[in-house]
Amino acid sequence: MSLAELICPAGTPAALRTAVDAGADAVYCGFQDATNARNFPGLNFTPAELAEAVAYAHARGTKVLLALNTYPPAGKVDLWRQAADTGARLGVDAFIVADMGVADYIARTHPGTRLHLSVQAAASSPEAIRYYCAHFGVKRVVLPRILTIPEIRQIRKEIPCEIETFIFGNHGLMVEGRCSLTNYLTGQSTNMDGVCSPASDVEYKRHEDGSMSSQLAGFTIDCFGADEKAGYPTICKGRYTAPHRPEGYYAFEEPISLNLSKLLPELIDAGVHAFKIEGRQRSKSYVRGVVTAFRKAVDDIRAGRPADMADLVALTEGQKQTQGAFETKKWR
Amino acid sequence: MTLNATVSQKSPLPGRGIAERLACAVVQPVLSRVVRRIASRHSSLFARLGPHQSTDFLIDPIELPFALHLRPDPQDLVLRAVPRDAAPRAGATIRGRFMLLLELIDSEEDGDAAFFSRDLEVSGDTEAVVRLRNALDDVDGSIAEETAAMFGRPGRAILSRLRRSYIPS
Amino acid sequence: MTKLTLGPIAYHWPAEMRRDFYTRIADEAPVDEVYLGEVICSKRAPFQEADLPATIERLERAGKTVILSSLAEVMLTRERKATADLAALEAPEIEINNAAGLFARGKRPHRIGPFMNAYNEVTIAWMASQGATHVSLPAEMPAPAIAAAAGAARDLGLGVEVQVFGRASLAVSARCYHARAHGRTKDNCQFVCENDDDGMPLRTTDNRPILRVNGIQTQSESYVDLLPETARLIEVGVTHLRLMPQAADMVAVASAFRGVVDGTHDLLEAEAGLHQACGGNSFSNGFYHGEAGYRRISRAAAG
Repeated sequence: MSLAELICPAGTPAALRTAVDAGADAVYCGFQDATNARNFPGLNFTPAELAEAVAYAHARGTKVLLALNTYPPAGKVDLWRQAADTGARLGVDAFIVADMGVADYIARTHPGTRLHLSVQAAASSPEAIRYYCAHFGVKRVVLPRILTIPEIRQIRKEIPCEIETFIFGNHGLMVEGRCSLTNYLTGQSTNMDGVCSPASDVEYKRHEDGSMSSQLAGFTIDCFGADEKAGYPTICKGRYTAPHRPEGYYAFEEPISLNLSKLLPELIDAGVHAFKIEGRQRSKSYVRGVVTAFRKAVDDIRAGRPADMADLVALTEGQKQTQGAFETKKWR
Repeated sequence: MTLNATVSQKSPLPGRGIAERLACAVVQPVLSRVVRRIASRHSSLFARLGPHQSTDFLIDPIELPFALHLRPDPQDLVLRAVPRDAAPRAGATIRGRFMLLLELIDSEEDGDAAFFSRDLEVSGDTEAVVRLRNALDDVDGSIAEETAAMFGRPGRAILSRLRRSYIPS
Repeated sequence: MTKLTLGPIAYHWPAEMRRDFYTRIADEAPVDEVYLGEVICSKRAPFQEADLPATIERLERAGKTVILSSLAEVMLTRERKATADLAALEAPEIEINNAAGLFARGKRPHRIGPFMNAYNEVTIAWMASQGATHVSLPAEMPAPAIAAAAGAARDLGLGVEVQVFGRASLAVSARCYHARAHGRTKDNCQFVCENDDDGMPLRTTDNRPILRVNGIQTQSESYVDLLPETARLIEVGVTHLRLMPQAADMVAVASAFRGVVDGTHDLLEAEAGLHQACGGNSFSNGFYHGEAGYRRISRAAAG
């Protein structure tokens, strides 16, 4: 049986301590700049904060993974190199990378530190994964959320590295690392700047009838009725009209979160080494609730008990949850 | 620090809003002490606010007789109770039940979840709200507990009674 | 000498429309290189494979260089096999759009497609060390990054390509949004995407055009138009200018770019001809200018 490590989000030092205390096997975090894909206002770590965080986590047997998972635009690669050097100096346990140039730099400069392949690299076949393993010594791949469990099982048989899958949180619809939707409307890039629907471009408007509309850079993304649950103002969760759908519909996906709590035994059996919880942009309260629940579930499964999982639906987007592609090909 | 809570920008109709203004006057000395204390104990909070240290936030607990005006500027910190009809023009407004707002400040509740469930309403500069949320979320311990502790046993008693009487809907 | 290229058709055009299109391109379009092959959806591939040898022959006879492009998304067995088969070809040249293709190709020469995220000089140098001869930059790159990447690629002896016309690819997914719009799944799509030869338009609920759906791909509503920026692109070392096939008069589009590149057309005149060839579509160059991609920055404002 695989280790089923629990990989938990940390947007701030306090959230990191919360995740460690709640039983995370590893936490992942990033610096306060474009080098990671959650470059959100007021979030993330200064080098000094990361140093303290590494000390706190290591003292409790928890690993720290540093996300360097964006794509440096030409002329700005030094920022990513410096972030990698700083991370190595502070003793992080692994780098999570997507860009081949960044991977190559770390593999040459810091060969002692593990490389994990970010979901942002969109490696969804054994061949793609083997490419990164062969050339950069990648030790673990974070799989895109588009594969069924039988497909994951098949991939596991054909690759020389560990597998990490998302089990809870934002249900990304687009292939990560290949999405310029935000840049198209706002001028800020997910790949190059680490932003997705930046708060500076988001506006919520409350209407007389109690409904609320969300806008991104002046484009209406959705309008929630007075009694409707809301979601993030992301373009891929917006409501639009099409020639055949004049009534307006969720063209890509409705506001919903991924929750694979019921599939954990199957995922372990398929050879998944690590379970990732999404949500560096969320609060300590979310981290505490989700990590505690999954810690207990994984411990139950390891001990051969049926997992007794807390209900997490209150924390989900739109207060709805799905097993997405993991459950059925019909999701596609 | 602005201590004068009863200065009104708009002249209210005679007889209206007197209770609100009285409530503001009563609560203001407490707020002033609270905000000074929090600021001195959690100075790292200001770095996460970045350019929004000078933003005027209106925190609007729907069931209280007044709203709170917060300007988290370390050089000129403002937290004052304001009658709703005299509230300043805010860069960002955060509206919800008082107990929910308190729990958000203390990270007992998740802000995104409260937003998804529509219990929390946000308007104005969204980035300002996100920064404030992230800054407060990085504060260890409970700001509510700290505040209550400032008033000794009576303070703690009031907080725990408030919590007991609060039934999430 | 700057080359004009015609990118692979992103849409599921009916076979006859496709045949007519390439016949006309061979006969009339002043483009130097043509990319063929299904990049977006592996289910569509069989429909064009039958015609492929004849199309290649026809284009080469007209003096065009043909390059075969690989799938952007590789997950299923048939997609893995298609990618491996393409990587095994000796000729024509191939353009790779997924790391699975790089794995299969090894160090044999290949082009790097726009889905490969060649954003910077370090990545481009890595790719060159592994046999890449040519690199297409991502559509969202701003001018300073294009200049830095093009300079580095040119120093390594690589061709550098930038999309100068057509809808930008903004996202790909495992889910088919054409099928979803019609209440179907990807496995049961019945090729409903065939009905939208320029993508399925999405509007916001307050009726503002925003995006186009093309199967698993999401595209920009506006056509990228970098005709006014062409001279600058060439100056910084871009060697190939890519035109993406749209349901527009592509011969006229190619002629407009050819005229400006060769200096035989006045820019304003060429721009007018280009816009006329595209009916009522909107145009954008925001990505190039570091602004929101949908925006159109005028030359005066851009300086």
